Amino acid sequence: MSRSRRRGRRVTLPAPVLALAVVAVLFFALPLVGLLWRAPWSDAWAYLTEEHALTALRLSLICSLWATLLSVVFGVPLAWFLARVEFPGRSVVRALCTLSMVLPPVVGGVALFFALGRRGLMGQYLDRWFDFRLPFTTAGVVVAQTFVAMPFLVITVEAALRQLDQRVEDASRTLGASRWYTFRRVTLPAIRPALVAGAVLAWARALGEFGATITFAGNFPGTTQTMPLAVYLALETNPEQAIVLALLLIAISFAVLVGLRDRWFGRSDRSSTTVLA
Amino acid sequence: MTVFAAASLTAAFTEIGFAFTVENPNAKATFSFAASSELVTQIGEGAPADVFASADMGNMTRLTDAGNNSSEPQVFATNSLEIMVGPGNPKGITGVADLADEDLIVVICAPEVPCGKYAAQIFESAGVMVAPKSLEENVKAVASKVTLGEADAGIVYKTDVTAAGDKAAGVEIPADINVLAKYPIAVTREAANAEGAQAFIDFVNSAQGQKILASYGFLAP
Repeated sequence: MSRSRRRGRRVTLPAPVLALAVVAVLFFALPLVGLLWRAPWSDAWAYLTEEHALTALRLSLICSLWATLLSVVFGVPLAWFLARVEFPGRSVVRALCTLSMVLPPVVGGVALFFALGRRGLMGQYLDRWFDFRLPFTTAGVVVAQTFVAMPFLVITVEAALRQLDQRVEDASRTLGASRWYTFRRVTLPAIRPALVAGAVLAWARALGEFGATITFAGNFPGTTQTMPLAVYLALETNPEQAIVLALLLIAISFAVLVGLRDRWFGRSDRSSTTVLA
Repeated sequence: MTVFAAASLTAAFTEIGFAFTVENPNAKATFSFAASSELVTQIGEGAPADVFASADMGNMTRLTDAGNNSSEPQVFATNSLEIMVGPGNPKGITGVADLADEDLIVVICAPEVPCGKYAAQIFESAGVMVAPKSLEENVKAVASKVTLGEADAGIVYKTDVTAAGDKAAGVEIPADINVLAKYPIAVTREAANAEGAQAFIDFVNSAQGQKILASYGFLAP
């Protein structure tokens, strides 16, 4: 319903805005077209069905979904905390929690070593007391991906929480609902589009994660070699295969981004809480 | 004049570049260091390189096969491999055979890059089955995993052990199972300054250039 209405309403943009927008679209589209142009279509299927490609893809999907889940479980409370609780140094905490977005991922990987590696601040105790090590394990991949992906969810959800009319929450409280009930039944449904948008952004970031993963978790087929790592290494010896693998990764993310958007954001197109839409 | 050189040459070529400009005050050498395979790809895509120095013959062949060289490749240095361990060799590793211990965290390069191919050759020659925990994308990543203490041992170039200083120690790999990596150098086809490029190559091959290379652990060709 909202679809037909959107199509029916014609908006004319000023020519310069339109021109700049077209340039922006080309800027994103051309590299993709370049990949499609160079792709070795006749061998594509053989490359894709090679066992190590499928192994990397499976690992990528599993790890990125875990990273998304962890980002939601820890990120929503963090966003809620940042949006609702006034305390001195809040902007410092917020900057700290989104720092990994601007940190070069390789540096992030090294920093994770210093924290969680075998000789790290905390990692040494994990090693000594529990004989548990994160580097070179699949869990290490999930940690690296969560580290770089969670901020995308946090800032999206926090923005939505800030824009939410707090009187609705107050009303719920006045009517006798507990804080937890209000959060679950009033706040969460209201921010759902932003939550989904944030989760999708975090997932996409985790799926494409390269630097922190290869630094912190290393690269071993079946354990830590995710698709971006496989693509990078294939570039060394077989650029054609690298292109095919990259296109597969792009196709999957593209399908999810387009699919989810229509399904989840269609209704809330004009809502100010949606960041992605 | 721009020199594209393999990442393992970073320190040595930086010093050679400095000495070269001291000898030739009018010349200016700028460097781009990366994996040899990446550099070949960049040159193929039209990157402005005058000289290409590779860490293996295979990538130089990729360059010459594409016709992107204007001088015959010339081997200017060799490098052998070594086991890199933590300072003081805490795990008491004496040779390649010890790396088969499953309790050790061993990392090597991925088979896609030269140092990974060499490591596999060494394990094969030694008849040792090693289960590495990670196949790193380049030799510097192997070295940093060992110097950070996350890995117990790694197979790297002798020059990487020299470069790590007191942050790591080296365990020799005997010559009969070791690999001698050859480093070839050539002027590129698109060289904007072919004369300067040849002068730089001559300097690398001169006694002074060779002395600098030796100080970083490289062996003579």
